[in-house]
Amino acid sequence: MNEDGTTAWRMRAAQVAAVARLELKKNFSLRRGIAVYILAFMQFLIFAAHSIASARGMTHCDGSDDLAMYAGVFQVFFLRLAVFFGCVVIFLNLFRGEVLQKSLHYYFLAPVRREVLVIGKYLSGLIMAALVFAAAAALSYMVQVQHLALTPNRALTSTAMGQLPAYLGVTVLACAGYGAVFLLLGMLFRNPIIPVIGVLVWESLIIFFPPLLKKISVIFYLESLCPVRVPFDGAAHLFAISANPSPAYVAISGVLLLTAAVVALASVLVRRMEIRYGSE
Amino acid sequence: MSAEDRIVFEDVSKFYGDVLGVNQVRVSIPPGITTLVGPNGSGKTTLMNLMTGLVQPSRGSIRVLGIPPSDPERLFSVLGYCTQFDSFPRGLTGYEFIYYSLRLHGMGAGRADELTARALERVSMSEAAHRRVASYSKGMRQRIKLAQAIAHQPAVLVLDEPLNGLDPMARSEAIALFRSLAAEGSYLVISSHILHEVDRISDQVVMLSNGYVVAEGQIQAVRGEMHQEHPLQILVRCNRPGALAGKLFAEDHVCDVRMHHDRRGLVVATRAPEVFYKLLGELVLEGAIDLESVAPADDDAHSVYEYLIGSGGAQ
Repeated sequence: MNEDGTTAWRMRAAQVAAVARLELKKNFSLRRGIAVYILAFMQFLIFAAHSIASARGMTHCDGSDDLAMYAGVFQVFFLRLAVFFGCVVIFLNLFRGEVLQKSLHYYFLAPVRREVLVIGKYLSGLIMAALVFAAAAALSYMVQVQHLALTPNRALTSTAMGQLPAYLGVTVLACAGYGAVFLLLGMLFRNPIIPVIGVLVWESLIIFFPPLLKKISVIFYLESLCPVRVPFDGAAHLFAISANPSPAYVAISGVLLLTAAVVALASVLVRRMEIRYGSE
Repeated sequence: MSAEDRIVFEDVSKFYGDVLGVNQVRVSIPPGITTLVGPNGSGKTTLMNLMTGLVQPSRGSIRVLGIPPSDPERLFSVLGYCTQFDSFPRGLTGYEFIYYSLRLHGMGAGRADELTARALERVSMSEAAHRRVASYSKGMRQRIKLAQAIAHQPAVLVLDEPLNGLDPMARSEAIALFRSLAAEGSYLVISSHILHEVDRISDQVVMLSNGYVVAEGQIQAVRGEMHQEHPLQILVRCNRPGALAGKLFAEDHVCDVRMHHDRRGLVVATRAPEVFYKLLGELVLEGAIDLESVAPADDDAHSVYEYLIGSGGAQ
């Protein structure tokens, strides 16, 4: 790469940072992010309630199912609902919110390639989502582990601590994957609620899909990466996506490729976007 | 002057579905202040949005100093656009609004801070700079948008109804700012539907009606091309208007002579203003009349626009 090319890429990196910084400043105050914080920390409340109830003798818990319990709540509630809808709130509004506020044109009038704008906005959303949801996952996990340490199965705590990085990694990948999808939907649809429900239904029904179609989903890869297989029984087996989880390297590559493909598509579409607030 | 030194529209059309925005626009804009004139809905904002890539042409091509609107990195290094949208990124102060937009140019913090302060000063907004934009009056919002558009010192400035919402003092300051930028060699493209403003501001005009360009150039030059169809009206004030009227009736090029309502002058309609001015000079030299003043009465933007397409909503 020649010197001009290097300078141009440095400039674009600075612009990505500038877009991300501005987005974080505009969007992620306590008041504006309140819905996201509530969604993120509901899991903490669930495990805090479990821990308190157990400590007060309101429920009997010997700790033997604690890790499976966390895995179940993490996969069914946290990934499929909390992270999912948290990403809806954060990423849908990155473009859609600006169109509604009639302020997107300021970005389009800056000497910034629109692809750079997409990447900057996406990164700002990812930073916010990953920080909030990873913190929530870690906090709720620590509560559960703390509870486990007080039970007869306290020997499992060291195993449990070894699983924490995997949960954090899955959380970040979930934010990356769902974030890309909702960024794109926010650009494509005037009213993205129906498409969001469509994605939720798709992600929920992939158990019935053939193997090839399962790969066009985020939850398929995430489930493979979760450190504990949840023993879903009865009707709950609907939450078990694949009897044969993919190897970690396949699952991680799958989420990253899916994310990259969706962000690339958004980058192509943004070049054709026009500012026509009046017709929105 | 080459196309690289101009803003050029080549057969540009824009349709919003079945609705015409502008059609077959061929315009070449030189440095100085160019005003897009026309009533609401005539296509002024569409032309500006096309020039800046906010909308894309259905047909034709646009170059701003040789740069296509599809190349934002180059285009917005030389162009600033103050749109008509009265909306801002939420939660920012006036200072932050400008500062962060300069950071998007890839500028460092120090340079962005320096240019922000300079832009704020140029629009007299330094004192209110650290208040949130949401708390500004309409006039202040208009000024902060203008500051943001000029902050990176662009060669081309596109301003959509920039005087809307400004009080008389601020209007005068804004017009003085436009003039000084034009004097520095900038290209200013300004839209206005208030025609008496246009005369004060413009070096040249582009007149639009229903999406079509109906005239382009200096107002007096455009007016000059209409003398056969719409004879130029000239107000002549002199000591013997009756005698002057008698002499003028004998001239072929004079179509109409009317006594001014204050009876101290004549309104003369002529298809050959040069011949008329020569005759007037001769009469003065002969001592037939003492001349007080001579001035065209209908070579302003309002009259020209009215002759071309009727008043059509222009004020």
